[in-house]
Amino acid sequence: MEELILIENLQKIFGEKEVLRNIDLRILQGEIFAFIGPSGAGKTTLLRILNFFEIPDKGNIKFKEMNPEVINIRRRMSLLFQTPAIFNNSVFENVAYGLKVRGIDKKIIEKKVGDALNIVGLPGMEKQNARTLSGGEAQRMAFARAIVYDPQVLLLDEPTANLDPANVMKIEEIIKRIRNERATTIVIATHNIPQVRRIADRVGILLNGELIEVNSKEGIFSKPKDARSEAFINGEMIY
Amino acid sequence: MSSTDFLIQGIIKALELILGLNPYILSITGVSIKVSGIATILATLTAIPLAFTISFIHFRGKQGLITLINTGMGLPPVFVGLFVFLMIVPVGPLGFLNIVYTREAMILAQYILITPIITGISLAAIKAVPRSIIETVYTLGGTQKDAVIETLKEARFGIITAVLAGLGRALAEVGAILIVGGNIARTGSVGGIGEGLSETRTLTTAITSETSKGGDFSTSIALGFILICLVLGVNILANFFQRRD
Repeated sequence: MEELILIENLQKIFGEKEVLRNIDLRILQGEIFAFIGPSGAGKTTLLRILNFFEIPDKGNIKFKEMNPEVINIRRRMSLLFQTPAIFNNSVFENVAYGLKVRGIDKKIIEKKVGDALNIVGLPGMEKQNARTLSGGEAQRMAFARAIVYDPQVLLLDEPTANLDPANVMKIEEIIKRIRNERATTIVIATHNIPQVRRIADRVGILLNGELIEVNSKEGIFSKPKDARSEAFINGEMIY
Repeated sequence: MSSTDFLIQGIIKALELILGLNPYILSITGVSIKVSGIATILATLTAIPLAFTISFIHFRGKQGLITLINTGMGLPPVFVGLFVFLMIVPVGPLGFLNIVYTREAMILAQYILITPIITGISLAAIKAVPRSIIETVYTLGGTQKDAVIETLKEARFGIITAVLAGLGRALAEVGAILIVGGNIARTGSVGGIGEGLSETRTLTTAITSETSKGGDFSTSIALGFILICLVLGVNILANFFQRRD
């Protein structure tokens, strides 16, 4: 697989705390890459840097074959938050938002919104007020909103953290389907190790802002290179 | 006659004047609504863009401006009246406008009084919009303009409440407009009461003058009744929008 995102020597400091340090990583086109690590390890900050919500204090991020302007890169990506922000409007208007800001034709929007809602298992719910959806439905609607414009990169921050097992399974199916059908590169931050086993291709373990190991899923779970990785995977708390 | 008798007789006469569509009462009510309405429209056109500029753009002196707005929310009307009066008298810096004792001067004074109120409450409404809404706009490919539009949609009820609070304050205000407007009515009695038709006389300034003349309480009560109805109407609307927010 070809390299899509190149992260070099990345550092981020909040106040006096070094949240990320010396991050070097290549994310490949069409893979599902999972960042795992305990709470406060820097996973969310890394995703926010990738989506330009935070500016790194040091280091570079290169997006291959993308116009370097922030708006252009952002328009080829999508970030799904742990708790999705829902616009006070219908499901249709929420899902159509990314297409409307891109000036897409109305008929195409209707078709794409319908397709996206089908993928996430919410067909025919276009007219419902989005703020009346259940937690699982809201997360799936946010997923539809994030994929409706076919982003090249999908960034997922703990996308199933607050969901029941049935909705977790649905979201995981959607993630795999999007990658398989659209070759979307998916970067997921999670501390759900069983989920990583089920969906990831490669894994990076973040610990206290440091990327201590990057490995294939098989490698991480069968032959971790770092003793701290093994401890984390085995459920031992490490700080 | 006791105060209660004055009040009862006043209410009866007030109803007669209101239901009889007395021209003096109507003209005063008209001036009040016109002056406060125009001042509110102008203040809204200034305050909402200002609130969004402060919320979305980083610039030097931003904190100072916010402090100024917060201070402006509690400006004493009499001081504003005096300030505007000194600006617009013939020897003042705005003397060339020639608006002393006109409705324009009253609009200017009310504009100065209510712009900080509308701005301050709008700022609070915008600030109450979750940061995640704005970040979602950006992550979905929206621009700053899209973020402003979405914030406006989310904060709309709070902003409407801000405008209504400004209108309510303008309608109930007396000190500033008394100084710059002069409480003028055309001479000559209309319908047997009052002093003709209002030029710069509003519901509040008329109550002051009718009461200070020392006798025509019924006219004062009629004016007060209309004023309370107007302010109550504005507040009912404001409450309605606050509940929807």
